[in-house]
Amino acid sequence: MSVALFSQLLYLLCGGLLLSSVLMLWRRQLSALVGLLAAQGVLLAGMAALLGTQDGGLELYVVALGILVLKGGVLPAVLRRVLANSGAARETQPLVNVPASLLAAAMLTLLAYAVSRPLVELDPTPITHAAPVGIAMVLLGFFMLVTRRRALSQVAGFLLLDNGIAATAFLVTSGVPLIVELAVSMDLLLVVLVLQVLTVRLRTAFGDTDIGELRELKD
Amino acid sequence: MNGATTSWSVLGVVVQVMLVIAGAPVLVALMRQVRARLEGRVGAGLGQPWRDLRKQLRKESIAPDGSTMVFAAAPAVALSSMVLIVCAAPFITTTSPLDGVADLFAVVSLLLVASIALALAGLDTGSAFGGMGSSRTVTVAALAEPTLLVAGFALSVQVGSSNLASLVEHGQRVPGTILSPASLLAAVALWIVVVAEAGRLPVDNPSTHLELTMIHEATILEYAGPDLAMVELGSAMRLAVLLGLWGNLFLPWGVATTAGPGTLALGAIVFVVKVAALGAVLAASEVFMAKWRLFRVPELLAGSFLFSVLAVSSSFFLS
Repeated sequence: MSVALFSQLLYLLCGGLLLSSVLMLWRRQLSALVGLLAAQGVLLAGMAALLGTQDGGLELYVVALGILVLKGGVLPAVLRRVLANSGAARETQPLVNVPASLLAAAMLTLLAYAVSRPLVELDPTPITHAAPVGIAMVLLGFFMLVTRRRALSQVAGFLLLDNGIAATAFLVTSGVPLIVELAVSMDLLLVVLVLQVLTVRLRTAFGDTDIGELRELKD
Repeated sequence: MNGATTSWSVLGVVVQVMLVIAGAPVLVALMRQVRARLEGRVGAGLGQPWRDLRKQLRKESIAPDGSTMVFAAAPAVALSSMVLIVCAAPFITTTSPLDGVADLFAVVSLLLVASIALALAGLDTGSAFGGMGSSRTVTVAALAEPTLLVAGFALSVQVGSSNLASLVEHGQRVPGTILSPASLLAAVALWIVVVAEAGRLPVDNPSTHLELTMIHEATILEYAGPDLAMVELGSAMRLAVLLGLWGNLFLPWGVATTAGPGTLALGAIVFVVKVAALGAVLAASEVFMAKWRLFRVPELLAGSFLFSVLAVSSSFFLS
């Protein structure tokens, strides 16, 4: 694959990742969040596979397949099940309203670019030039995690954060060792399953998944 | 540029202007027809807006008591700024003699001139509806304008010029730039702006006169006869201009870059097909949408502003 085509495809995938992260902040419909997460998983798998074509090793293809199955298939399916049981269709009251959080997202993206400048200058290749996108995703994930109230959109924020970490790792190191990726993925799956149980418990206890209810201690 | 080429490019501009003036009401009719068919109605047919315009042109022009020059001049200002855009912008050919004027930022300002003229006319009538419509028009315009400029900046950074003809030619020469993240994000941002500026769902519903939802219709309630015909033609042309600009910036194929009979004919056909297809897509998507509350419109436009900011930043960090 020629260098120009490679970097263009890579930038296209990065643009898609950034777009889907921002759309996650924009949409209030919880089912749309799950769909965007699935799309993001597929894009991330595509990025791993694309880096695999440069690397030449088999390892990155395996990682890509793992990501595709886990983030594009299993996790969205789990979230869809939670959604079907939870009864809440949309994020009603985020702590920061949507226009303000979109402007905050613009600021966070610029911040990501500013802080990763020295990192990019260490080794300016097409791949590291895209690294700010990963860091922006991490920041957007954090932001979503702290400003949303529904349990499910917090899980979505957490997964966005994790996708951002994975994207940064791919872009900065040109591929993560298989064993590290496996361990992270297992942790992630466990966390989401635990959160699923927690959400169901939350709903049976309070009839709602608004985590604001957890402030008061109850027997 | 020799004499023959110049005359061909002048002909290109003339064809472009005629095509947009004649075709804009048909585009509106096409969009209504698509909606009607998808909703299970028969629809009025493709000639209806022209029949309406003919009827209005025969009527007497009346103005409310106490209205001034501002009210009388607004339709002409709105319509002529649209005609000026159509003369300068590269819709079927990039070899316009007015090429120097076809700057993206100048075109945006001309669009704003038209909406401000109508907003002032709405205020000038002194009626409650006119004032309300003007305030809403200005709110939407003030939120959409920065997006247009920032997204335009993202596009022009890649080319090194904000001239529309060079943007289109660069898109044809290097198709890869259209698939770059910057230009895709700008495409999303500009599409939302096109919807808001043309007064389509979910920002404004062009087919109702319901007081709670009107934006564009409220400012022009007091017009009648030939003035109303001018306003209607102007808003139809605005829709065609916005769809045509979007289509040529992000799907630049087929626009004539050399002046000649063959390329001009091809450019005209491709332009008609492009705008009709975009209009049909927009109308079809409107069937599945409800108008948003006015207070949620800033949310939509904040989203599109974010996309344009991301487009600019990604054109810097992904290049």
